[in-house]
Amino acid sequence: MKMFVCIKQIPDPNTVVSKLDPNTKRLVRSGVSLVLDPGDESTISAAIKLRDTIGNSELIAVSMGPTSAQEALRRSLAMGVDRAILVSDPALAGSDVMATARVLAAVAKKEGADMIFCSTESTDGYTGMVPGGIAEFLGIPQLTFAREITVEGNTATIKRVTQTGYQTVETSLPAVITIASGTFEAIYPTMKGIMSARKKPFSQFALSDLGIDASQVGEAGARERVLNIGKVEARAAGQVIKDDGNAAQAIADFLQRSQLL
Amino acid sequence: MPHTIWVLVELENDQPTRSSLEVLSKAAQLGNAEAIVLGSAAAEVAPTLGEYGAQKVYAHADAAYDTYLTLPAVDTLSALIKEHQPSLLMFATTYDLRDIASRLNIRDNLGLVTDATDLSFEGDTVNVIVPWGGENLVTATFPQGVGIVLTRPKAFPLERHEGTTAEVVTLNTPVSADAQKIKVLDRVEVESEGPALEDATVVVSGGRGLGKAENYHLVEELAAALGGAPGATRAIVDAGWLPYSYQVGQTGKTVKPTLYVAVGISGAIQHLAGMKGSKYIVAINKDENAPIFSVTDFGVVGDVLTILPKLTAEVKRRKGH
Ligand SMILES: Cc1cc2nc3c(=O)[nH]c(=O)nc-3n(C[C@H](O)[C@H](O)[C@H](O)COP(=O)(O)OP(=O)(O)OC[C@H]3O[C@@H](n4cnc5c(N)ncnc54)[C@H](O)[C@@H]3O)c2cc1C
Ligand SMILES: Nc1ncnc2c1ncn2[C@@H]1O[C@H](COP(=O)(O)O)[C@@H](O)[C@H]1O
Repeated sequence: MKMFVCIKQIPDPNTVVSKLDPNTKRLVRSGVSLVLDPGDESTISAAIKLRDTIGNSELIAVSMGPTSAQEALRRSLAMGVDRAILVSDPALAGSDVMATARVLAAVAKKEGADMIFCSTESTDGYTGMVPGGIAEFLGIPQLTFAREITVEGNTATIKRVTQTGYQTVETSLPAVITIASGTFEAIYPTMKGIMSARKKPFSQFALSDLGIDASQVGEAGARERVLNIGKVEARAAGQVIKDDGNAAQAIADFLQRSQLL
Repeated sequence: MPHTIWVLVELENDQPTRSSLEVLSKAAQLGNAEAIVLGSAAAEVAPTLGEYGAQKVYAHADAAYDTYLTLPAVDTLSALIKEHQPSLLMFATTYDLRDIASRLNIRDNLGLVTDATDLSFEGDTVNVIVPWGGENLVTATFPQGVGIVLTRPKAFPLERHEGTTAEVVTLNTPVSADAQKIKVLDRVEVESEGPALEDATVVVSGGRGLGKAENYHLVEELAAALGGAPGATRAIVDAGWLPYSYQVGQTGKTVKPTLYVAVGISGAIQHLAGMKGSKYIVAINKDENAPIFSVTDFGVVGDVLTILPKLTAEVKRRKGH
């Protein structure tokens, strides 16, 4: 089978407090450390596991982003992905969900795909809207919030996380499958993996390679516009005491004063 | 002319979900609210939707919507949009509605804004407010007109007007075979005791400061004493102490109780995103510089393991009076 995994490079969520540029109204990316989205690491790992279980399959990582996103793709290769595709084009800056989905779907179409893996939501944008968009562009079903996947013949079955438990859901391939965060342990690249990653095929596409017009993507194609960026009103901090052995009483007093007891 | 706002209403156990009714209540304040309800119980719930502000209800009582995810709803909505051209669509942010929105915006070339906490009309322009990264408030709009707004859980209060009724439009175009592709084979509910986290008026959540999974019972005991529900940070959910359903935060549940007690929780932005709307916040943390103290009404710098048992006993004692 031919499997794709869509991945994204983002400002390191553990060290960077993401900022918006008040002029461009976009995420500030310069001067911050960028990493492969930790959610995507877990998604890549789920896809690698499935590829190896099914056998005789190829796993391709795809990312749409600036050239720096090569790093994220290289990491996926070191983790065990077979080859990588970067879609990079100046016209893509400021792309919305529809443009992103259009581009990723075009890559999958060009290459042919049985399964396209995404994370349920990205760590920086967390809209969770791109995967369904890819599926819609391709006219194929999507299986979402998967915490377990099995494939038999042409049918994929998942355990789908829900608000109150889970569902078993099945569909026919080709399909987009999204992985619920934190359910698959991320593979850590080994030295051997890092070395072999250098020899794996790596291609780069521009918009023209995908037959997409610049007017359909980027700021030009966006169907939403940011009007302004303001500040959240901070919640006023209240009283803080040090425990002198009577903290339990003090809390209970506070609860009673506030009519919570 | 008032704007027509469509709300796709989600059903659970044959009832409209609370989150959908919250969104409907808000839509009714913004203009002419109309509800779309799809599934075997669609017809029965129409009167309830009228009470929560729907002037019109498009109802399609077909079990195909219960068994097959996403595609039947996208087909039906897309056809209805072409026919009636509403000004705006509003969906609660839930698993199923997210999936539907993610396809519908592409199919009908609609704008899409997620994670909204408020919205208003200014003439024909809709301004959507999205909190971003803990300190920014982004205002966005749809330059082409129609868009879908996904709103954050608990963003709007319920508003019920007893006795108001909706005009019901019964849909009967059969669901196409092509749309019956994503099939639900079974549903498993994970049992939990006490009130559901999202509905509880008191939530006591624990974090890594509890030290080990075996200490989590201290949180459960305080929650029980206060008549509330226990919650958790992602750190201890990821560590396997508790199932995902306990997680409060950006990637977990949003709660808005009267009282939120945070024990051994640092107060990361992603955790705050899920509980900052609570009326009163109390925290216990041994580090006086923990960010959680910036949002607390009453904070204690101290050791949770010594304070919690005493606090539970004290709450029980005072409630006994
Ligand atoms: C994209 C993304 C999404 C996320 N989503 C969520 C989410 O939905 N929900 C969520 O909670 N997190 C989320 N996180 C994780 C979040 O960033 C934090 O890592 C997490 O909330 C920390 O959990 P914690 O407070 O339990 O642990 P820590 O940050 O380790 O804090 C433990 C605290 O306990 C205190 N402590 C230690 N011992 C004691 C003691 N004996 N007595 C009292 N206090 C003690 C310490 O001082 C410390 O402040 C997300 C992160 C990312 C990147
Ligand atoms: N620019 C991108 N390049 C590759 N994959 C992406 C991109 N944007 C989103 N995705 C995929 O879609 C998932 C959900 O993203 P989002 O809809 O932005 O929350 C991500 O975790 C990726 O798997």
